[in-house]
Amino acid sequence: MKKFLLIFVAVMISTLSIYAQSSTFKSILPSITVNTLEGKPIKASEFSNDGKPFVICFWATWCKPCLMELNTMAELYEEWQTETGIKIYAVSIDDARTCPKVKPLVSGSDWDYEVMLDQNSELKRALGVNNPPHTFIVNEKGEIVWQHVGYAPGDEENLIEVYKKILNGEEVK
Amino acid sequence: MKRLLIVLLLITYSLNVFSQDIFGGKVTGNFQMDAQVSKEDSVIGAEKVSEKFLMNAFTNILYTNGDFSAGVRFEAYLNPILGFDKQYKGAGLAYRFASYKKDYLEITAGNFYEQFGNGLIFRSYEERNLGLDNAMDGLKIIARPFRGVALKGVIGKQRYYWEKIWENESFGLVRGVDAEVSINSLIKKFEASPLQVIVGGSFVSVFDKAEERFIIEPSTGDNFKLTLPENIGSGAARVQMSYKAFNLNAEYAKKGQDPNAVNGYIFNEGEAAYLSLGYAAKGLGINVSAKRIDNMSYKSRRGETGNMLNVNYLPALTRQHSYSLFAMYPYATQVNGEMGVQADIIYKLKKNSFLGGKYGADLKFNYSRANALDKEYVPLNPAGNYEGTQGYTSSFFKAGDELYYEELNFELGKKLNSDFKLNLMYSYQSFNPIANGHPGEKFVYANVFAADLTQRLKNRSSLRYEVQLLLTEQNYGDWAAGDWIQGTIEYNLGGRFFVAATDQWNYGKLEGEKVHYYNFSVGYNKGTTRVQLSYGKQREGIICIGGVCRPIPASNGLFATITSSF
Repeated sequence: MKKFLLIFVAVMISTLSIYAQSSTFKSILPSITVNTLEGKPIKASEFSNDGKPFVICFWATWCKPCLMELNTMAELYEEWQTETGIKIYAVSIDDARTCPKVKPLVSGSDWDYEVMLDQNSELKRALGVNNPPHTFIVNEKGEIVWQHVGYAPGDEENLIEVYKKILNGEEVK
Repeated sequence: MKRLLIVLLLITYSLNVFSQDIFGGKVTGNFQMDAQVSKEDSVIGAEKVSEKFLMNAFTNILYTNGDFSAGVRFEAYLNPILGFDKQYKGAGLAYRFASYKKDYLEITAGNFYEQFGNGLIFRSYEERNLGLDNAMDGLKIIARPFRGVALKGVIGKQRYYWEKIWENESFGLVRGVDAEVSINSLIKKFEASPLQVIVGGSFVSVFDKAEERFIIEPSTGDNFKLTLPENIGSGAARVQMSYKAFNLNAEYAKKGQDPNAVNGYIFNEGEAAYLSLGYAAKGLGINVSAKRIDNMSYKSRRGETGNMLNVNYLPALTRQHSYSLFAMYPYATQVNGEMGVQADIIYKLKKNSFLGGKYGADLKFNYSRANALDKEYVPLNPAGNYEGTQGYTSSFFKAGDELYYEELNFELGKKLNSDFKLNLMYSYQSFNPIANGHPGEKFVYANVFAADLTQRLKNRSSLRYEVQLLLTEQNYGDWAAGDWIQGTIEYNLGGRFFVAATDQWNYGKLEGEKVHYYNFSVGYNKGTTRVQLSYGKQREGIICIGGVCRPIPASNGLFATITSSF
């Protein structure tokens, strides 16, 4: 029991100490290959938005909060785009079982995102995503400058606020 | 153990010293910990936990510097939480790799994950929450000699809990190659063509040393030695096409003779076919899929049953439910043989239309069905079973009479006004207990309902109310015990903090106590760190992700989860 607790505490401390440092560095998007809905390969490091920051949302067809997030943002997306020029990459981690449902869901829900397939979770693993939804904002240099886990109604307002700050060159936490 | 601990601490502290900017490289990773305290509860069948405290934890640490990356995963199961295989007990580095990536070449040494096509003959993956990990340990090479062409080669052994796989000959060696060509990328002339075509093919072979195996005639004691194949090969071909609003994805796979513990040591060859057709227009999406699985269990150890050492991936062609009562009777692929179909239609009712109202609405329809194969069995062997024989023959296009699973789902999502959003769902399920390890029992037929209302409050806070109802006339005791009702209320404060209460009540149970499975949880969420604490009762059940299922035993107590990414 003592040993377990010791290890438990050690793992906690070491992780938190890494976490505490995380705001001081920026991670670059890795050159991991994902696929478009047509099956074409594209590297995450090639994601771009004409020199502007962009957003990456990890999601899955079976993840209810993800659908809530993407549906809510879909209603605001046009307005956001006109206002800020935002671009959202929606990276699905659906595997061979649910992957065929991605395309009908995207078109049936009338989403205008750049939808990518990460069928064997390669990009998910490389970016340290535990569970969807997990949202990133990447700056014009391809550096991850902000991330958030989970979705609750209202989080989309926070996302666009942070995006505008990054667009204006402000520091975000 | 202590040594590992020191190593871990040294690694993490040295990372901090370098401030995560080591020689120009970057360090990222994630962390998850699940801790459980469960007490004995004879009413729900929760067993005594002699350790009192159980914990699973892992952390991934990944270093990237330009084209080079390397990483490790430290895992600790001290001891494994309820439902995880006891063989996970222990701690250590379960995963480590180094990788070099250029545009035309990628080399990974150590542990890796990979998938060929739809995974019919090869998929190495992890599902941490199921305790499922068949990571390869070996070498992976991906070459892209021309634009639109990808060649992959893999060789290695698969993870088996903490087993020293390289010192034990009973773990087979997996080798595979795959080629994929995007015609439109390869040939410039077709680049802008509305018809997009991608073709691919793969070959996989498992080398598994043959053990001595005999069939014994009971009355005379005569022995017949089985000649087991040591190299088990498989091949697959696939095509993916899209033309305007239409798309098609098809794959066919064949596996050589592979007598093993899952198929009862028969010498029949394996076969799998998969076809998916889709139509996608603005506001309408349709997909129809069909598959045939025949004797396709493919493991890197002949005698292995269960979820480990799978070389391929054969997911269930059924909907993956998120509402818990809808997932009461989940279907898992019958790898020894099944034929299945599934259809999905997703339609958006437009805003300001007659049916859609001011905000529009989302409609979803799903149907799926799986049947047995139409098998014609061969004569029995002298021992009275099919071991060593071909087992059976079956015709490709004909499904068997026995139904394994059938399900029909309707879902309606509707924004009522600027504050309220409603989701309604109905499901009809016919469930053959054979799919759940209860052969010989009668079918379960269930009607399941859910209503889920989200209310937006001020200051980015929200409330969620949810009611689910499962109606069934089947009442067989423990695993099929009549009707259920579930209610949930959840309050979310500014996206940071949440508190929820759930009660799942088996009010239709005929014998014994009608148990309330109540559960209270609180959570805190900041950036990429999430802490959740729950207290209550968990019913005995099955959780399934991607068609692979794990039983979860009953428990009564405290459960804590921490996840973080960095």
